[in-house]
Amino acid sequence: MAGASAKQVLFEPIFSNNPIALQILGICSALAVTTSLSVTVVMCLAVIAVTAFSNLAVSLVRTQIPGSIRIIVQMTIIASLVIVVDQILKAYAYEISKQLSVFVGLIITNCIVMGRAEGFAMNNTPWLSFLDGIGNGLGYSVMLLFVAFFRELIGAGSLFGFTLLPTVNEGGWYVPNGLLLLPPSAFFIIGLAIWGLRAWKPEQVEEPDFKMSRHKVKEAF
Amino acid sequence: MAKPKETVTRTLMVALVLSIVFSVVVSTAAVLLRPAQIQNQNLDIKTNILAAAGMLEPGASVDDIEETFARFDVQLVDLDTGEYVEPSAVGVQDPMKYDMYKAASDPEMSTNIPAKEDKAGIKRRPDVAKIYTLRDNGELTRVVLPVHGYGLWSTLYGFVSLEGDLNTIEGLGFYAHAETPGLGGEVDNPRWKQQWVGKELYNEDKSEPQIRLVKGGVSSDASDREHKVDALSGATLTSRGVEQLVNYWMGDRGFAPFLQKLRQGEV
Repeated sequence: MAGASAKQVLFEPIFSNNPIALQILGICSALAVTTSLSVTVVMCLAVIAVTAFSNLAVSLVRTQIPGSIRIIVQMTIIASLVIVVDQILKAYAYEISKQLSVFVGLIITNCIVMGRAEGFAMNNTPWLSFLDGIGNGLGYSVMLLFVAFFRELIGAGSLFGFTLLPTVNEGGWYVPNGLLLLPPSAFFIIGLAIWGLRAWKPEQVEEPDFKMSRHKVKEAF
Repeated sequence: MAKPKETVTRTLMVALVLSIVFSVVVSTAAVLLRPAQIQNQNLDIKTNILAAAGMLEPGASVDDIEETFARFDVQLVDLDTGEYVEPSAVGVQDPMKYDMYKAASDPEMSTNIPAKEDKAGIKRRPDVAKIYTLRDNGELTRVVLPVHGYGLWSTLYGFVSLEGDLNTIEGLGFYAHAETPGLGGEVDNPRWKQQWVGKELYNEDKSEPQIRLVKGGVSSDASDREHKVDALSGATLTSRGVEQLVNYWMGDRGFAPFLQKLRQGEV
């Protein structure tokens, strides 16, 4: 992506090269933290901050990093940033950090962060890398918010904790669909979203890996 | 790629410098944010005590919480004898400062639990526990007791609040655990916690606590329904852990001696 413009770097990952929908990275947390929008928003901000600053830091020292230890250097940078983010959340957003529990720590293993550090920041200038980090964080966020919107609305009848569809348990009429609160439902929503995205942008459709050959052997019955 | 990058000395240098820089960054963040975090944790514990006691108003401010919490007496109890102890006996001035979980790892201040008695899976039990009592016009209305025990992945820490009869559960809640979100993590679900309200710990002879977490819900005509709570779906081990830890802490090795004395007005 040498010579990419700042605007491209920032906005391409949102729809054209979405880390979740096209690169299929970061699925784990997309399943885990999307049951309620407010938690999702904090998770998205955390991921945007970590990808942006880890890209920046990796890019700043990219000419100094010896190839033999580059992965571990990136890991160190990412892990440190994640710890800092976790500490900040514990100090200023204690309730939400409790709900996110282990998933803040697991940003370290989020493939998007590592993937962008290795794939982009190692070969690009700090400013572009920083933007790329924000862009990919945004791409991740768009997808997560999309998933969380449906999961919270259909699963709990609310958005950002505000009740829109009063549920039966609270004396309303809406019978919430509990499946949407369980992780597998995120798979369905992500799958549908990828389908929608590829119908809109057919160039994202992958070539089939193989083609079934025609059935030529006569069966015995 | 330039050649000189790849010598062993350089690699070691880069690794060293990076480690130092990032340890400084991480430790600075940890040290600077520590006071705010401790304040949050203390407030969280007070909030959880009030929540267990059913005294947390929705949307209560920090001041409201501090004010309501101030109505509680914080006391230290010797678990074996069931009697109150002075804070000075455990080396603190203010009973609020006593950390029973820290004491549990100090051999001087805790007892080893024999494996076959260790239902809660905690291995060591502090000798002295910190409890919270509330009296209205001299009459005991709430006793909030700390409980902890092992679930599936983690030790759950929480509170059980009892009504003045020292038998009926007013509420229960966990403020720290690392059970699977969505499965065992549902111990935090307000609707599930609501089921505990009004359950009874003991039967007539007041000896062994009888709490059971059962599969498939508790119907209104089930036998012993006053002791039964619906288990969490998809979280058999967490449910078992919760059942065991409540029974352990309300039993002879836990708060039963103290509750016995309190009931008879001896302490």
